[in-house]
Amino acid sequence: MIEGILIGLSTALSLTNILMVMVGCFAGTIIGMLPGLGPMTAIALMIPITYGFDPSTGLILMAGVYYGAVFGGSTSSILLNAPGIPGTVATAFDGYPMAQQGKAGKALAIAAYSSFAGGTISAIFLLVAAPSLSKVSLAFRSPDYFALMILGLTAISAFSSKGQFLKAMMMVVLGLMLATVGQDSLSDITRFTFNNMNLTDGISFVLIVMATFAMSEALTIIFRGKDPNRAAKQISLTELGSIKVNKEETIKMAKTIPRSSILGFLIGVLPGAGATIASFLAYGMERNYVNEEEKQKFGKGSVHGLSAPETANNAACSGSFVPLLTLGIPGSGTTAVMLGALLGFGIQPGPRLYQTNPEIFWSVIMSMYIGMVVLLILNLPLIPYIARILAVPRNYLIPLILFFSVTGIYLMSFNNFDIFLMIGIAVVATFLRLYDFPMPPLILAFVLGGLMEETLRRSLLISDGSPNFLWDRPITLIILLITITIVGWQIFSTFRKKN
Amino acid sequence: MRISPTKFISLLFLVLSVFYLYTAYNIQVFAFDENAPFNARTFPIYLGWAGIILSSLKIILPEKVITEVNHKHLDYKSIIYLIIISLIYAAVILKIGYFISTSLFLFASYYFLGERRWGLMFILSFPFVAAFMYLLHGLLNIYLRDPFLKYIGVMG
Repeated sequence: MIEGILIGLSTALSLTNILMVMVGCFAGTIIGMLPGLGPMTAIALMIPITYGFDPSTGLILMAGVYYGAVFGGSTSSILLNAPGIPGTVATAFDGYPMAQQGKAGKALAIAAYSSFAGGTISAIFLLVAAPSLSKVSLAFRSPDYFALMILGLTAISAFSSKGQFLKAMMMVVLGLMLATVGQDSLSDITRFTFNNMNLTDGISFVLIVMATFAMSEALTIIFRGKDPNRAAKQISLTELGSIKVNKEETIKMAKTIPRSSILGFLIGVLPGAGATIASFLAYGMERNYVNEEEKQKFGKGSVHGLSAPETANNAACSGSFVPLLTLGIPGSGTTAVMLGALLGFGIQPGPRLYQTNPEIFWSVIMSMYIGMVVLLILNLPLIPYIARILAVPRNYLIPLILFFSVTGIYLMSFNNFDIFLMIGIAVVATFLRLYDFPMPPLILAFVLGGLMEETLRRSLLISDGSPNFLWDRPITLIILLITITIVGWQIFSTFRKKN
Repeated sequence: MRISPTKFISLLFLVLSVFYLYTAYNIQVFAFDENAPFNARTFPIYLGWAGIILSSLKIILPEKVITEVNHKHLDYKSIIYLIIISLIYAAVILKIGYFISTSLFLFASYYFLGERRWGLMFILSFPFVAAFMYLLHGLLNIYLRDPFLKYIGVMG
């Protein structure tokens, strides 16, 4: 492991990669800060830029963007009560009241220190857990992988659906359907192309991400422009107050950070869960832990209430890399985008990544820690200046997002069919979002589609077409039982609420 | 009877799933693969059935949470303009090249979204695209096809 850490450090500490972490954190902070734009959009917009890089550098840039976007989301939550991403909604509960009391600078500093601590502790967990889990996951066979993918898709549907599980499952099926367009990987038979040569290679992953996230988010912002409920409340961005944290506040943070980090990391590891659930759970858990006097301060600018979700959401980000790096199966929409980018570089993450490409495996883990340091050193002092980005008018912002989306696709294929297809999918996605059909399950399903068909094919061929493979192996059976429990729980909660 | 938008979308999804399933059954597979435990049709057939079952359930079951959208608050005009501009951009990008089409797309988008600061609009379109192209093509060595700039000798 020491050797691996040294390999990772030497890769991550090269001048280019340090520069990439800094650029990634900075760009991610700016994009994540803009209400409506989250880490998935930020990473998607970076994909075209990473084409010219080697895989480690590209992935390091994207990891930096990921952390930066989560941090940026907290800034808009605290300053405007307009969370850039769902994972920072809980941050606004106590961060925004603090800002209203003239302590915006302090709230941002507490958020930054908590994010740093949460990210650092969970990066250490990842360092220890990932190699061991990689060895365990070598025991996984095709039926186990197939069951695990079913679990991941069911879990992301359950967690991202805001109580509308069926809608999320429909998006999963739509994502899998889109993944079947083009040549079948084994027989080379073309499917669902309708004799269109442009579809023979299938629909590109970048196209789907750009259409369902970057472009459709931009269109949604314009579409809902007249909605008075969505108009951001602007506070003075020039007077943020001091960013110094006193001794009493430091002690409060020191109590909150360890428990929120552990909770955040464990939630992040679970497929489908992630920063949003981790931050809400940490907020709820912290409220139960503190004394009665502190409890009364929750929702009115509590240090515990701000520190807990911020620590947990960053810890969950590191946790979500565990299933991606060890099993090759992303646990969240954001890591699904990263998986797609890795596949684009010709790298298949999974248990063997640890042995075949140790420099990538370790440099990503190391760059996470470096990213945390960069966020603290670079972004915290720059907050008063970065915060001004919130004043960028949407008249400029939206066309620029559309421009980056189209450029990303044009660079890939130099063909306008893909641009037309992207616009079409973006328009459909915009309407689906309007009626709360979630997009992360679609992305995860699209990314996993090929692998899922492959593992199902192998499992069925081994079992000679019999469905016995679903219960022959204990690991498969356990994973499927967990899946059934999640579905059962969704059905039960639906009926319970109805009654 | 008023059908809710969610149920209407589910109905469209049901139609799509039926069509998908029909197409899946008609995928031509090799003769020796016809009776294999798994062929190019198998996975799409499962998906088609899954789509039909899920969308039917969504249509049949009563809605627990009704998503209300106030159409008076939706800016249809701006979004239609933006989509039309994007479609024109996609149509001309290969003909007039990346630089001119992208700069014009940005300029027109700013205009239709209500911006009237001409100087800023210009800076954030033509020079901005030129700088971005330099970053990609000149510094990062990412090939960016532009027949027009190649024709006038700006790009190699």
